[in-house]
Amino acid sequence: MATITIDGKSYQADASQNLLQTALQLGFDLPYFCWHPAMGSVGACRQCAVRQFRDDDDTTGMIVMACMVPVSDGLRISIDDPEAKEFRKGVVEWLMTNHPHDCAVCDEGGECHLQDMTVMAGHSKRRYRFQKRTHRNQYLGPFINHEMNRCIQCYRCVRFYKDYAGGRDLDVFSSRNRVYFGRHEEGVLENPFSGNLVEVCPTGVFTDKPFKAQPTRKWDLSTAASICPHCSLGCNTIVGERYGKFRRVLNRYHHDLNGYFLCDRGRFGSAFVNSDKRSRQPQWRENGQTVSLDKQTITDLLATEILDGKKVIGIGSPRASMEANYALRTLVGEDAFFNGLSENDAAISKQIISIYQHTHIASLRDAAESDAVFVLGEDLTNTAPRLALALRQAVRNTPLEDADKLKIPRWHARAVADVIQHRHGPLHLASIAATQLDDIATSRHLAAPADLARIGFAIAHELDSDAPAVANLTSEQAAYAKQVAHDLRQAKRPLVVAGSSLGSVALVQAAGQITKALKQNEARISLIVAEANTLGVALLGDKSISSAIQEKADTIIVLENNIFRRSTDHLINRMLKSANCVITIDHLENATTQQAHASLPAATFTEASGTSINNEGRAQRSFQVVLASDPVQASWRWLRDLMVAANKQQTGAWETLDDVLASLVTEFPKLAKLSEVAPNSKWRQSSQKVARASRRSGGRTAILATVHEPKPPSDPDAPLSFTMEGNPASSSTALNNRYWSPGWNSVQALNQYQQEIGGPLRGGDPGICLFEKKRRQQRVVY
Amino acid sequence: METPLTEHIRPGHPSPDLAAYQKLGGYQALRRALTEMTPTEVIEAVKDSNLRGRGGAGFPAGLKWSLVPSGDDAPRQRYLVCNADEMEPGTFKDRYLIEGNPHQLLEGIMLAAYAIKADTAYIFLRAEYTCSERTLREAIAELFAENLLGDNILGSNYNLNIHLHTSAGRYICGEETALLNALEGKRAVPRAKPPFPPQVGLWGQPTIVQNVETLCCVPHIINHGADWFKGLSKTNNSGTKIYGVSGRVKRPGLWELPLGTTLREIIEEHAGGMLDGYKFRGVIPGGASTDFLVEEHLDLPLDYETVAAAGSRLGTGTMIVLDDRTCPIAMVHNLETFFARESCGWCTPCRDGLPWIEKTLSAIEEGRGVASDIDLLHQHSRMLGPGRTFCAFAPGAVEPLQSALKYFADDFEQHISEKRCPYKHLQS
Amino acid sequence: MSPEERQEIEHEIACYPYKQAVCVDALKILQKHRGWVSDEAVKEVAEILEMSPSEVDSVATFYNLIYRQPTGRHVIHVCDSISCWVMGCGSICEHLKKRLGINMGETTPDGRFTLLPIVCLGACDKAPAMMVGKTTHENLTPETIDALLEKLP
Ligand SMILES: Cc1cc2nc3c(=O)[nH]c(=O)nc-3n(C[C@H](O)[C@H](O)[C@H](O)COP(=O)(O)O)c2cc1C
Ligand code: SF4
Ligand code: FES
Repeated sequence: MATITIDGKSYQADASQNLLQTALQLGFDLPYFCWHPAMGSVGACRQCAVRQFRDDDDTTGMIVMACMVPVSDGLRISIDDPEAKEFRKGVVEWLMTNHPHDCAVCDEGGECHLQDMTVMAGHSKRRYRFQKRTHRNQYLGPFINHEMNRCIQCYRCVRFYKDYAGGRDLDVFSSRNRVYFGRHEEGVLENPFSGNLVEVCPTGVFTDKPFKAQPTRKWDLSTAASICPHCSLGCNTIVGERYGKFRRVLNRYHHDLNGYFLCDRGRFGSAFVNSDKRSRQPQWRENGQTVSLDKQTITDLLATEILDGKKVIGIGSPRASMEANYALRTLVGEDAFFNGLSENDAAISKQIISIYQHTHIASLRDAAESDAVFVLGEDLTNTAPRLALALRQAVRNTPLEDADKLKIPRWHARAVADVIQHRHGPLHLASIAATQLDDIATSRHLAAPADLARIGFAIAHELDSDAPAVANLTSEQAAYAKQVAHDLRQAKRPLVVAGSSLGSVALVQAAGQITKALKQNEARISLIVAEANTLGVALLGDKSISSAIQEKADTIIVLENNIFRRSTDHLINRMLKSANCVITIDHLENATTQQAHASLPAATFTEASGTSINNEGRAQRSFQVVLASDPVQASWRWLRDLMVAANKQQTGAWETLDDVLASLVTEFPKLAKLSEVAPNSKWRQSSQKVARASRRSGGRTAILATVHEPKPPSDPDAPLSFTMEGNPASSSTALNNRYWSPGWNSVQALNQYQQEIGGPLRGGDPGICLFEKKRRQQRVVY
Repeated sequence: METPLTEHIRPGHPSPDLAAYQKLGGYQALRRALTEMTPTEVIEAVKDSNLRGRGGAGFPAGLKWSLVPSGDDAPRQRYLVCNADEMEPGTFKDRYLIEGNPHQLLEGIMLAAYAIKADTAYIFLRAEYTCSERTLREAIAELFAENLLGDNILGSNYNLNIHLHTSAGRYICGEETALLNALEGKRAVPRAKPPFPPQVGLWGQPTIVQNVETLCCVPHIINHGADWFKGLSKTNNSGTKIYGVSGRVKRPGLWELPLGTTLREIIEEHAGGMLDGYKFRGVIPGGASTDFLVEEHLDLPLDYETVAAAGSRLGTGTMIVLDDRTCPIAMVHNLETFFARESCGWCTPCRDGLPWIEKTLSAIEEGRGVASDIDLLHQHSRMLGPGRTFCAFAPGAVEPLQSALKYFADDFEQHISEKRCPYKHLQS
Repeated sequence: MSPEERQEIEHEIACYPYKQAVCVDALKILQKHRGWVSDEAVKEVAEILEMSPSEVDSVATFYNLIYRQPTGRHVIHVCDSISCWVMGCGSICEHLKKRLGINMGETTPDGRFTLLPIVCLGACDKAPAMMVGKTTHENLTPETIDALLEKLP
């Protein structure tokens, strides 16, 4: 801690930080562009100028860039200094000389950091009277729109794309006031994290192209806190809706998980929810005929198929919520519930859960902080992309120690880059084929899954002779095991990564053995599973699809699952053919729904709230933001309706998500924490719900309103309203659905939501880890 | 008057080859250093001599060398880099030294490399100096052929390689950290300081960057000692300086003179005074990025401190004279056009401020200036000052502007009020 | 890439601890042989140095003397920096433009000459100066320019 003086008042500040970060944290409105909390300082934009004084007697001082000044005891600065203010205003004025001032048609308008900083710095009158220079734009693929004229040359895009995400096809070209950010030639951006450019760019150069197709101002969006459904990491997102349609995904900061960045699958992978191909009506198929039925008719019809006496089995789903799976389990009973995982996935999940009982599990942040990594079998860019991005940061940690020795603070990104150059810390990749992390790998070992597992066990033995030895290793394998073991042993924070993608239990076992053999306190394991709620459904039942195939059932209910992916076509066909009635509940057609007698249209993750458990065993709640158009409804509601129709839910039918959860936690005391993951529907802040619509919603929207508006929809499942009535922000981080603070309309308002910038959220990061974790000391990762 | 640096340079004649250079006493200093002196002693000798950088900033060379970390855990790999980028407009001294006597420079490089225990040296030469390139390549080849470069030089166990890198044209490459990026094959954008190159330089290793003229002094310091070197100067700065004059003078050129020679002596005696029909109005004393000096400064001795006290910088010591028939605004406009064009584009004030300055000057020059332009220019020269920009490029760029606003204020006013350039009809 | 070009690049690679360092050298080598650096050449350099085309082009477009457009047989670089300006490079430029019938930055239709400005050539005491190809010409007058251009193929 250090005592610093800002404009004559003294403050306590963290001496490991730079002055800009500190000033923002203390609540000062100091404008900036090039600095980014996750990428550090480079001093390019010169926007964050303040005056620094040598000591108490120095009244002249000098203008410095706050982002480049380390906080130290006795530091004296002035933010209010007239010359510093004049300079900050001047910087925006310069940036504006070539800016097109096209806010009215710019997709960034209303959530533009440049707009905010222009107002903050006080630039309002244009003095520049000469021509602007203009640029040509490039086609960068279906996701990212390019409008170079808006560029203010903060270099953030290339710093993210190249330095942070390892991309090599976006760069800066030319020089002086003609610098150009784009590709060598037009074409689709190749990096799987390109979507972050949308949030990293402080103005409208890189914008979300699908979102732009139906332009919407930030304030016209209704938003809710959501969890990415696209892999098992459970990155936190904010989903936006307008006019009943899903519109976009933004990153929702979570200190231990995704931090500031998402992968492109998470950001752009959810357009299916608006698809024309969605099934939106219950369908009944008989004798090759398909008819659409209404809700009542179909539930009555299906009630007869699930009456007591009939043998009904339920096949759950790793992509459906805990509540939906639990509802299915309730309907069919414990014995007839199958988790919907393939045999391998079920076995692996079981293995993982057992490993988690005694091993330290790595969060994404832990992964980014590790200093030696061994990846066994996973091609992370495909199976857990955000983890691949974390590992790109992890390899910097060992060389960063050289910067530490030179007393170069880690936030000083430019100096740090000069020190570490192209060096990487140990990252060993053992896989079956090339991966997109190969460019930063210390070693790449290619082998078949069984051999990979043997290597893994050999490494464990290398580290700890109590672990069983592996016979018949080739000399190359033995040498490799030695090398990996050596690097893991040398590290302070080693990390072992494995997962289910190769379908090998042994691989996961081997990873567990290695981690167990590592004696460091800070050793961690990260195990990847296939889907957003794989571990969750495994916790609800451990019988896989293979067991289901053994059953002879009258009725099969398949919940949000294309089970053809879980076993062979032959076995699945035989199972489905043998039943009298197959009921599917899902949102898109697939091979399984096509075989169903009845298919019920389920709400997607945007249309229903629910809880899921990620690969670390972290339970998280995702909230509905789009209104499902009747009869589409949450899967658990379909199951509840069937139970009611068949008279199976005796003790009062479930009305709300809270009711389902209440039953769930009673039945599964181990999962008791699920109900605490986020506030329940009764939760109020100043006796109000949290508003999905923004304070400023209205405007253009009102033009379309009729005077006799229908009663706004209510939400029984969540403490959120569907209108602007309610609190614009929430005191619960699990409900956080937008970042806004006076003067801060862009995503950078996030600074105001963190305890310390780049640190945990005020009020704690949401979600609950079901497996006990030893926490590391909080650190900011650059 | 001694002129150690240029003594053996005869313009129009081939430069001394290795044999000739050795006959003139060349590589004596190297021999002496390698056989009789430790690297630290070489550094001490240069420190004692008070040799200051001749590339523009005037930082003491020996002190810089002593900043290279020593000790057991210090990085093994160090580099010496000779800055032969010389792109500062109005500057042509390094080219003269290279082409006139390449071995003098190479010996200086070898001594400096030995002093900091570097086994690799790079000469960063600007692309346009094709003649210098040829001269240096031949001289380096001679050294390798005679085993004066490479492994175990003169049986001393000291190994050194010198590589010549020719650039591809960019003024900012002369800035020492941008130069390092250029040598690494990157965009020549300056690096943050601190850390300074002696700590973190080429490929992250300790590196010393030194100007050609600075390095050329080193053999003589080793040969004749610090006191001799100090005695060369007229003031308390040490050594000689290559001064140069261009513009409308009778004999433009370069002269090696004691540091501290007066401006008047250089312009009136060595450069022969103004061309007939032209009067002296001012001078930019040390390359394009220094402030104007005027009539009242003519009797100042040109050394680092005196020029600084007069509000300018000694810079490279090569001056450009402004005569009475050349429009000072047009002259500053020409300079700012150069700077706007050569800005690397990294930081805002330089990238976007200089083009604004350039366009404003152009407007004034063409009679389209408005009264508020003067304030705007003043404001810009203040806002592009030291500390406000990422590197020293932009502060240098506004030096001639800020001094022109001071000394030629009437000219600015006149252009704006008369809406024309009053010098146009004076141009021949 | 011709064996000669490749060999010259390999020779440069040997002078540096990292391949990437010769990016500028490699571009210059190809330019020396081909007159300019085409998109194709950028890709060739990228391949040999294990860089991406964008990374190479980022460097290529930074430096003034890497030509990313075709040039004439002779590239005339007229110094327009301060000393040459004081000594009247303006009229030298005008003369060249008129004589060649092109503007700065253009190439004559017959592909003989490209006209470009350049920063100070270090010939300030012999201003005005220009560089044609690799040779610097000093103390220019319209007459000496005419004589020089005559001689060039
Ligand atoms: C914009 C800029 C351009 C420079 N150009 C040169 C140059 O062309 N040659 C040179 O020797 N130094 C140049 N310098 C100074 C170098 O940064 C550095 O100080 C010098 O090479 C150190 O050598 P010295 O101490 O021997 O002068 C330049 C500095 C700046 C800020
Ligand atoms: S002042 Fe800024 S833009 Fe100008 S050369 Fe230096 S770093 Fe580049
Ligand atoms: S944020 Fe400080 S210079 Fe850009």
